[in-house]
Amino acid sequence: MDRVYPEIQTNLQENAGVRRSSFLQRSRREAWVAFSFISPWLVGFLLFIIGPMLASLYFSFTDYDMLSAPHWVGLQNYIRMFTDDPRYLTALKVTFKFVLFSVPLKLAFALFVALIFNRNHRGVGLYRTVYYLPSIIGGSVAVAVMWRQLFGGDGAVNHILQWFGLTGTNWIASVSYSLWTLVLLVVWQFGSPMLIFLAGLKQIPSEMYEAAAVDGATRFTRFFRITLPLLSPVIFFNLIMQMVDGFKAFTQSFLVTQGGPLDSTLFYAVYLYEKAFSHFEMGYASAMAWILLVIIGLFTALIFKSSSFWVYYESEGGDKS
Amino acid sequence: MKSALAKSVVYHAVVIAIGFAMIYPILWNIVSSLKPEDEIFRKAASLIPSRWVWGNYAQGWKGFGDYGFGLFFKNSLIVTVLVVIGTLISSTLVSFGFGRLKFPLKGFLFACLLVTIMLPQQVTMIPQYILFNKLGWINTFLPLVVPAFIGGVPFFIFLMIQFVRGIPRELDEAAYIDGASTYGIFWRVILPLMRPALATVAIFSFYWTWDDFMGPLIYLTDPEKFTVARGLQMFADPSSMTAWGPLLAMSTLSLVPVFFIFLFFQKYLVEGIATTGLKG
Repeated sequence: MDRVYPEIQTNLQENAGVRRSSFLQRSRREAWVAFSFISPWLVGFLLFIIGPMLASLYFSFTDYDMLSAPHWVGLQNYIRMFTDDPRYLTALKVTFKFVLFSVPLKLAFALFVALIFNRNHRGVGLYRTVYYLPSIIGGSVAVAVMWRQLFGGDGAVNHILQWFGLTGTNWIASVSYSLWTLVLLVVWQFGSPMLIFLAGLKQIPSEMYEAAAVDGATRFTRFFRITLPLLSPVIFFNLIMQMVDGFKAFTQSFLVTQGGPLDSTLFYAVYLYEKAFSHFEMGYASAMAWILLVIIGLFTALIFKSSSFWVYYESEGGDKS
Repeated sequence: MKSALAKSVVYHAVVIAIGFAMIYPILWNIVSSLKPEDEIFRKAASLIPSRWVWGNYAQGWKGFGDYGFGLFFKNSLIVTVLVVIGTLISSTLVSFGFGRLKFPLKGFLFACLLVTIMLPQQVTMIPQYILFNKLGWINTFLPLVVPAFIGGVPFFIFLMIQFVRGIPRELDEAAYIDGASTYGIFWRVILPLMRPALATVAIFSFYWTWDDFMGPLIYLTDPEKFTVARGLQMFADPSSMTAWGPLLAMSTLSLVPVFFIFLFFQKYLVEGIATTGLKG
C-alpha cells in the first residue's frame, strides 16, 4: 500500500545492477534522513513525555515536597487517596458526574446543530460562524468572568428569568447548581464535535435517503436507520475525544467557581493542581495523575469494547441492498 | 410552494433564535464593557446601555499598580508568535517523516504519537515542572515556548500527517527521478503544497496559546511576565475585584485577536477540524 522512496530506489538500482550492500547502505541512510525529520518530535517525546511519565510514576510511590529528596513510601499515596481523603473522593464523584452529563449533552447538541446545518439553506455559512463563535474562546479567562457574571445572583440570567416572573438564585454560589453552570458552559462550546459531525453527515450519500423516501420511510425512521448508523464511527470518535477532555477539565472549575462552593465543583484536575502547586505534595499529586490516566484508559477501553455493538462499519453490511 | 416558504421561514426563525441565545453571552460581555458601572448589575440583561462609557477601556488598559495591559498583550504576543512558529516548524518536519519516509519502528512510534494525543497532561505536568525548575526556567517564557519547537502538540502533527498522506506520491517520485534529494522533495514539493494545513495549524495553535491559562498559571509568577490570560485572572480575582467595567472591557479586548483571526481564516479552521475528525 505504501509506495516509498526505498522502493523506487530498489527498482532503479535493480535496473542499474547495483549490488545489494549498497542498497543496505542506502536504506540505512534513508532511515537516518527520516529520523532527522522526526527528531523534533522524538526528542520531545522522550524528554517531555516518556521521561516525565516515568518520573511521575516513581514520584507516585514517594513523599516529595520539592525541598527534600523524595522518599519511598510504597503504595501509601494510593491507599490514602481511597481511604483517608474525603476530598479526593468528592473530586472523583464531581468529575464523574460532570463527564456523565456534559459529554452526552454536548454531543447531542452538537449533532442536533449539525443536522440543522446540513441543509442547503441560504445563510447557513453565516449561522455556522455564529454558532461556532463561543467555541473558539475556549477556556479563556474572559469566558470565566462572563459566566460568573451571567449566572451570579445579580446576573443577566436572573434578570431574564424575572421577565417571566421567575426568581433565580445565585447559580454560581449554589451547591446544587454550580456544577450545572459548568456543564452548560461546556455544552455551549460544542463547536468542534459539531463540525466533525457536519463533515460526517456530508459523507452520507443522498441516494440512501432518496431510496428510503421512495420506500415510504418517515423522517424519524430515516434518522434512526440511516443517519445514526452511518454516523456511528464519527460519534465514536467524538465520544472518546470529549470523554478525555471531560476528565481532564480544569479551567472551567478553576476560574469560574474555584472548585466551590463547598467543593461542589471540585474537578479532579483542580484538586490535583491544588495538591501539587499549593500544598507541594508532588508524590500524592503524581499518584492522582496516574489514577486519572488509568480511569481514562479504562473508559477508552470500555468504549472501544462496546463499539462492536453500536459502531457500524460499512464493510460489514454494506452490500445488503 | 407556499408550504416550502413557510418551512424556510420557520427554519430561519428557529436558527436565529437559538443563534441569538448562543452569542448572547458574548454580546452581553461586549455591551457591558461599555456600560456605566451601576448598570452592569442593575440592568444586567439589557444589551443597550443608557450611555456608552468608553472610559472603561482606558481605565482597564492601565491595569493595576505598575502592570498595564499593554505589557500583558506584549507578553502574550511574544509567547504566541514563538509557539506558532515552533509548532509550524516542528510539525511540518515530523509530519513529512511519518507521512512519507520509511524507518525502523515507524508503526510503533506512530502508535506512540496517537496515544499521546489522548494523554492527560497531568501525568507529565509535575516532573516537567520539576525539570524546568531545575533548569531555572520558572518565570521565563521558555517552558511555554520550547516544547512547541520539539514536538509540541501531537494533535497538530497528526493533522499534518493526514494531510501529507493525501498529497499524491507521483509528485515526489517525479522529483526523485529528476534527481531531487529527500530534503529537496520536502522543501520544493511537499512544503508548498502543505499551505492549507499550515494555515489550519497556525490558527489553532494561535488561539490555544492565546487562551492558554494553565501553562502561564504554573510557570509565570512575576506580573512582569504575565500573559493576558494571567493578567486578566489577577485583575478578576473576586477578593480584590471592585471595578467591573474595566474588567469586562479588558476581557472583551482579550478576545479581539481570537475573533479577528477566526473571522478571516475560518475556512481553514473548518476544513482542518473536518479532515482530522474523519480520516482518523
